[in-house]
Amino acid sequence: MTYVVLAVLAAATVAGLVYRARYGRLRASGGELPPGLLPDPGSAGVTLLHFTWATCAPCRQVRAVCADLAGDLDAVRHVEVDADAHLDAVKSLDIWRLPTLLVVDRHGRVARRTVGVPDRADLRRTVTEVLAA
Amino acid sequence: MTATNLDPRGPRFAAMLTTVVFVLVLLTGSGWLALAQAVVFAIGAYDPRRTPYALLYRYLVAPRLAPPAEREDPAPVRFAQAVGLVFTVVAVAGYLGGVTVLGIVFAAFALVAAFLNGFFGLCLGCEAYLAIRRLRAGTPTA
Repeated sequence: MTYVVLAVLAAATVAGLVYRARYGRLRASGGELPPGLLPDPGSAGVTLLHFTWATCAPCRQVRAVCADLAGDLDAVRHVEVDADAHLDAVKSLDIWRLPTLLVVDRHGRVARRTVGVPDRADLRRTVTEVLAA
Repeated sequence: MTATNLDPRGPRFAAMLTTVVFVLVLLTGSGWLALAQAVVFAIGAYDPRRTPYALLYRYLVAPRLAPPAEREDPAPVRFAQAVGLVFTVVAVAGYLGGVTVLGIVFAAFALVAAFLNGFFGLCLGCEAYLAIRRLRAGTPTA
């Protein structure tokens, strides 16, 4: 049984390292938002579309990071969507884990996405790129 | 910052102790130790600040640390403790009911979850909740 325990812990360590390396890293994405998801889809600028859930501690950190950036940059808005109440959108956007953050460009296309809490500077750089595109 | 919110390092500490307990459960095959852990989870699902681990943290560990930079809502921790409780109850049933393989498998799942939570800060509810909701709501359309 000692070997089983060691094997389980080793596998969990690898999983944990992979999880930590990917967590909050913004990556290129694609796809359109389902119609009607955003209150005002035609607005200029970038939308930080944050899929959240009431009992999710990292969702609160994502909220803080996004709200700060939206407060700093006029062209950026932060929209929070309760994943539970929007399961159809969750499916069509292929969202499986929370918190998921989508960086949506002015045309309503998903430019970048991440699961987890993005780094502040990283998110600011990404948003600037998407604004300039 | 209200008194009802948790120092986030408390649940991490508790998850580390839980990891040790599940290592011991697997090594000894003791259903009774798993049952004791199930009781701890049951208390934690009700109020994470009242488990023996939380008391150890509050009276032995926290006084040696700086005050927490932020506090978190107890709701996600309670959810995680409830998930832990379900897995541990199955493990207890396996060990004490003579289906040792069942006990080992569920104790191993619980070990992985507690280890990732304690040492990597993984939020189990965040990872699993939506997937469970999606699968329950029907086959994915994507």
